[in-house]
Amino acid sequence: MPGPCQIAVSCRHVACTASGGLGVAMGEAGPEHVTITIDGVSHEVPAGALVIKAAQDRGTYIPRFCWHERMNPVGMCRMCLVEVQGPRGPMLVTACTNNVADGMVVDTRGPTVKKAQEAVLEFLLANHPLDCPVCDKGGECPLQDQAFSHGPGESRFVEIKRNFAKPIPISDLVLLDRERCILCARCTRFSDEISGDPLIEFKSRANVTEVNTFPDLPFSSYFSGNTIQICPVGALTSAQYRFRARPWDLQMVESSGMHDTAHPRLSVQVSQNEVLRLVGVDNDATNHGWLSDKDRFGFQYLTSEERLTMPLVRQDGQLVETTWAEALDRVAERIGLIRDEDGGEVFAVIGGGHGTNEDAYAISKFARVVLETNNVDARLDDALSSHFLAATADRGLIADIDGADTILLWGPDLKEEHPTLYLRVRRAAQELGVRLVVIHPRATGLDDRASMKLTYRPGGGFALLDEVADGKHPELRQALSADRVVAIVGQASFADGPQLAESVAAYVRNKAGSARILPLARRGNIFGALDMGLAPDLLPGRVAPDHAGRAALAESWGEPPAARGKDTRAMLEGIDSGEIRFLLLVGADPVRDVPDPRRALLAMDSAEYVVSIDLFLNDSNREADVVLPAAGFAEKDGTVTNLEGRVQKVNVIAPIPGQGRPDWAILDDLAERAGRPIGLANAESIAKEISEVAPAYTGITWDHLEWEARDGAVVPLSGSQPLSHIPVALKGDNAPTAPLLLHVGRTLYDDGVMLRHSPSLRPLARGAVVHLNPEDAKKAGAQDGHPVRVVTSHGEGEFSAILDEGTPEGVVYVPFNQPGGAPLGTDAVVRVTAVGR
Amino acid sequence: MTYPLVVTRRMTDHPADSHTLERYEATSGYEQARRALTMTRDELVEEIKTSGLLGRGGAAFSAGLKWSFLAPARPSYLVINGDESEPGTFKDRQLLERDPHQMLEGVIITAIANEVHHAFIYIRGEYPKPARRVQTAVDEAYARGYLGKGIFGSDYDLEVTVHLGAGAYICGEETALINSLEGLRGEPRLKPPYFPAAKGLYMQPTIVNNVETVSNLPHILAMGSEEFIEIGHPLDTGTFMISISGHVNKPGNYELPHGLTWRHLIYDIAGGVPGGREIKAIVPGGASAPWFIPEIHLEDQITKDVCAEAGSMLGSGAVIVMDETTCMVRAAERIVRFFAHESCGQCTPCREGTTWMEMILRRIEEGQGRAVDLDLLLDVSDGISVGLAWPPKMTTICPLGPSAVSPVLALRDYFRDEVDEHVKMAGCPLKKVEAHA
Ligand SMILES: Cc1cc2nc3c(=O)[nH]c(=O)nc-3n(C[C@H](O)[C@H](O)[C@H](O)COP(=O)(O)O)c2cc1C
Ligand code: SF4
Ligand code: SF4
Ligand code: FES
Repeated sequence: MPGPCQIAVSCRHVACTASGGLGVAMGEAGPEHVTITIDGVSHEVPAGALVIKAAQDRGTYIPRFCWHERMNPVGMCRMCLVEVQGPRGPMLVTACTNNVADGMVVDTRGPTVKKAQEAVLEFLLANHPLDCPVCDKGGECPLQDQAFSHGPGESRFVEIKRNFAKPIPISDLVLLDRERCILCARCTRFSDEISGDPLIEFKSRANVTEVNTFPDLPFSSYFSGNTIQICPVGALTSAQYRFRARPWDLQMVESSGMHDTAHPRLSVQVSQNEVLRLVGVDNDATNHGWLSDKDRFGFQYLTSEERLTMPLVRQDGQLVETTWAEALDRVAERIGLIRDEDGGEVFAVIGGGHGTNEDAYAISKFARVVLETNNVDARLDDALSSHFLAATADRGLIADIDGADTILLWGPDLKEEHPTLYLRVRRAAQELGVRLVVIHPRATGLDDRASMKLTYRPGGGFALLDEVADGKHPELRQALSADRVVAIVGQASFADGPQLAESVAAYVRNKAGSARILPLARRGNIFGALDMGLAPDLLPGRVAPDHAGRAALAESWGEPPAARGKDTRAMLEGIDSGEIRFLLLVGADPVRDVPDPRRALLAMDSAEYVVSIDLFLNDSNREADVVLPAAGFAEKDGTVTNLEGRVQKVNVIAPIPGQGRPDWAILDDLAERAGRPIGLANAESIAKEISEVAPAYTGITWDHLEWEARDGAVVPLSGSQPLSHIPVALKGDNAPTAPLLLHVGRTLYDDGVMLRHSPSLRPLARGAVVHLNPEDAKKAGAQDGHPVRVVTSHGEGEFSAILDEGTPEGVVYVPFNQPGGAPLGTDAVVRVTAVGR
Repeated sequence: MTYPLVVTRRMTDHPADSHTLERYEATSGYEQARRALTMTRDELVEEIKTSGLLGRGGAAFSAGLKWSFLAPARPSYLVINGDESEPGTFKDRQLLERDPHQMLEGVIITAIANEVHHAFIYIRGEYPKPARRVQTAVDEAYARGYLGKGIFGSDYDLEVTVHLGAGAYICGEETALINSLEGLRGEPRLKPPYFPAAKGLYMQPTIVNNVETVSNLPHILAMGSEEFIEIGHPLDTGTFMISISGHVNKPGNYELPHGLTWRHLIYDIAGGVPGGREIKAIVPGGASAPWFIPEIHLEDQITKDVCAEAGSMLGSGAVIVMDETTCMVRAAERIVRFFAHESCGQCTPCREGTTWMEMILRRIEEGQGRAVDLDLLLDVSDGISVGLAWPPKMTTICPLGPSAVSPVLALRDYFRDEVDEHVKMAGCPLKKVEAHA
């Protein structure tokens, strides 16, 4: 077992040493250096750096408005003017657009520079309204700050200021006040360079230039909130946060976004015990500071009136409020009875993919020690194999995307399901020249940046993979033979089944010089949950139940059950057939969340005893016997693990409403009452226990994360991976054949419980729609915007038709879990008929 | 007095049909393009370097040197700048309209010298007739096999596209022009890194030359560099087109050798000032150029260097003469307003500063000026062109912003009293004189 100091060393260079990511594979020697003089002092700086950056890294801050480290420089605001010695004397140049050169002499403070900077500031303020007291940016405004520190004081501009209509909404989430805009092009560059939605642009010219959206085209970007964050003035403001607080009233902690498995770093900002906004934190490893609007605005559910605040127990058919003692004693008693009668085999635990690692560990320990079962699963019948997800050999880092030769993306539409990863891949393809191959049943958000795009009929993924292996797509084969290939794989369509992704990974691994795999899965902390053993064939620390690593665990837990447990599908079937008598749901809503809800509905109907730990009542726990109120995002401390295996700290800053408690605390209490204490005192001590008993997590303590590995630590640290899963080539069922095949895919905004209770985002869900190729629509007699009936052998419902060239002929695309939408299951064969004909 | 004509020779001798292909070919047309096909890139570049030909678009940069800087990446492109929007300038119009084949032959020679297989001719949108004539010439050249695949029976391919601007002065600036050609906003690009010779049109090496510049090329090849140098001034070879306007009796375009004096130009060639009135100021090279006054500059030679020493430039060859009846504040306001209006809006000092300058000048002219306003005006100008020197120390991306400062320098240096009088009299003294008379 590696000692703690070894870990500290490797973690300081997480990106290069922790898991042997491509960062090292690229063999990048450190950048070359040149010598420049800044204000009379000589410095060694990386060759090719921008002057503004080189100076900043050497402690000289050059004022700026338009430059943003994550975007291409435009040199527009002119605030960063400095003097550089040239062949014909000193020249004024912008520090943000000029690269350092050996021997360069830079003056950032001389009289010419001072004059230029003061002038620019005065020009910017000339037309800027003096409404700081009512401006949301007041107190955290670079323009205001600069005006205080560099400005001339009194304005000499006595003319009438520029006049625009006060804030206009440019999207549902963003307001634009053009009078405050200083035309720095950060927002326009963001939408053009980063998110790829060029929907916000400059209009007109000269002194009446303005940013605006195109007429009739709202700024409907999934990433619009980033423009608010990077706007250096109060021109772009958040409809949600507007007038809610002043920066000096806010308390904040750093945390990670939990809507998907990339875990973008962010700052949670709170006033009077209420989360008011989330702001991206720049982080090389994950998100570069960007957030999706779902990450940024999707927190209102935390303060929803409908949050559960008290334990509920069923009494005379109704759920009624009660005390923790009463509720937990009831459950404990029932557990004891059932366990005595039938043993651990009849217990089932579904969920745990949304909480912290500490929560997941508690669930895992509770299941094994108290319920004596391996019937646990954090996946909801929609994920790849647990060993592949948790312990695939050659797992990549997100940062590997930047240095790849080829990125293969065969999985869901990243823009819809993994938005910050989408931005990273987009940047790699657009700005870094990485070759991108996208394989998906229909159009995706990255097609415009892909150098190769293959579509296939839903359910036909294995057939396509066979074709590729047989040499039918030589260009693709060639792209995959490159030195550095990153394969991002996941389930593209319900019709494909989860095995396809593993087979794709196996193929790429055999083909490429050096392949890195990034597996995709849903639910924010699914990777943490699997690492904590929330799968029927895993124990904490990536240990298979029959692995020697279980010894350490046995010492602490007692001998865990050895037999492989049931996965979610088997558990649901088991409930229906009576094999399972007791179901514990932790933050899980199978009725809404599994691909084929018929099974879940039957199970919930026939379950003998259901206990749910959740934030809300939902379609799965409404009929439960006991419902226990839990803690949500920012209401608890802990760690989480993202898709690359990066463990990061999340932090508490808001109180849990009512009597809610973190999952681990509920389960610890329950275990005690059930007579099998699991000894979990607080989240930090749980983390310590994890680091002692879960081999892959050795040495990962909160101390380590808070003081040494600020960008998180990637597990496993080299050498300590107990399980190394080599992806295997599986075979698919025969591809379905029918004139029309159904492709069900997720979208960023859906009818999930968090969004349903977040008023800002709720209206953005697409609703019950079906995308049809215009040819197919013609055949079905369907018109754009008109209702059609969609029927499969698993379900049917009425949907509004969208005629869409992005959906190939013969494919019917239905976004999953939309308000008003009916579930259609996983059967690919589908019929579509126009309604009212 | 007559001077040797080069680029206006044909239109002077054959005013009726100088624009036709027949006339062009009957007067040795396209012989030099054919000859250029037999020369190497190095030979052509060397020849033009030796000729001393300076660009006629305003910056007066050696054409041959520019060509020699072309980066090696291919394809390379050629863009002909016919945007001609500098106030007072109307010479390219005449060259395009009256001798389009001469320009086109220059295009072919430049293309060959720079291994270009696709050239673009960008013509100011308000020039419909010149554009029509150029398009006809291009069509004729294609029909004869002078353009297209294997020009003049060689194995050299050359496509030519004519494009019309959409009414923005800034699109005359070469990188804004390139943006405009690419369908982007007409905004100058950053230099570095977007020097056209390295990263120009579609990020490929690109030569941008003015219409008049390339119109000279067939003649240089025909007469040879030595003879070309003989015309004009040793440091400023050949002829150049002057568009003279304002208070002169015979405004218009004149093709002249470099090195004459301003007095000669205004009094002998352009017929002097109407009514025998006194000259008050001369704009020597388009609205961007700092002004001259007769007391100091009338006897100066018209060459690039003499002009530069005197703190101004020949620019696009537009000379505007203002006589004693002209209000200098109003004239300055008019020019500053032009630049403020034409600013692309990218950079803060130009976008905000020029409009501010315009507002101050308008206030002074309209009688609301304050004693502090001239100093304020100078200080605002100082923020666009630090130190108010020549050539300017720009705080901007391109020279448009600093151009607006040029007339203000004249107010500071020569017409301070007139500004003060505006303030004291709460209005324009010249207008008041008029009103009393
Ligand atoms: C604001 C501005 C406007 C310009 N307008 C023109 C123009 O209308 N025509 C032109 O030929 N050059 C114009 N130029 C100069 C061009 O940028 C470029 O230097 C010229 O086309 C190069 O051709 P030449 O070397 O043959 O002169 C302008 C430059 C600036 C800064
Ligand atoms: S709205 Fe903000 S970010 Fe956009 S250009 Fe204006 S100041 Fe810059
Ligand atoms: S100086 Fe004026 S015209 Fe030139 S780039 Fe800046 S704003 Fe545009
Ligand atoms: S920060 Fe350099 S010009 Fe804006």
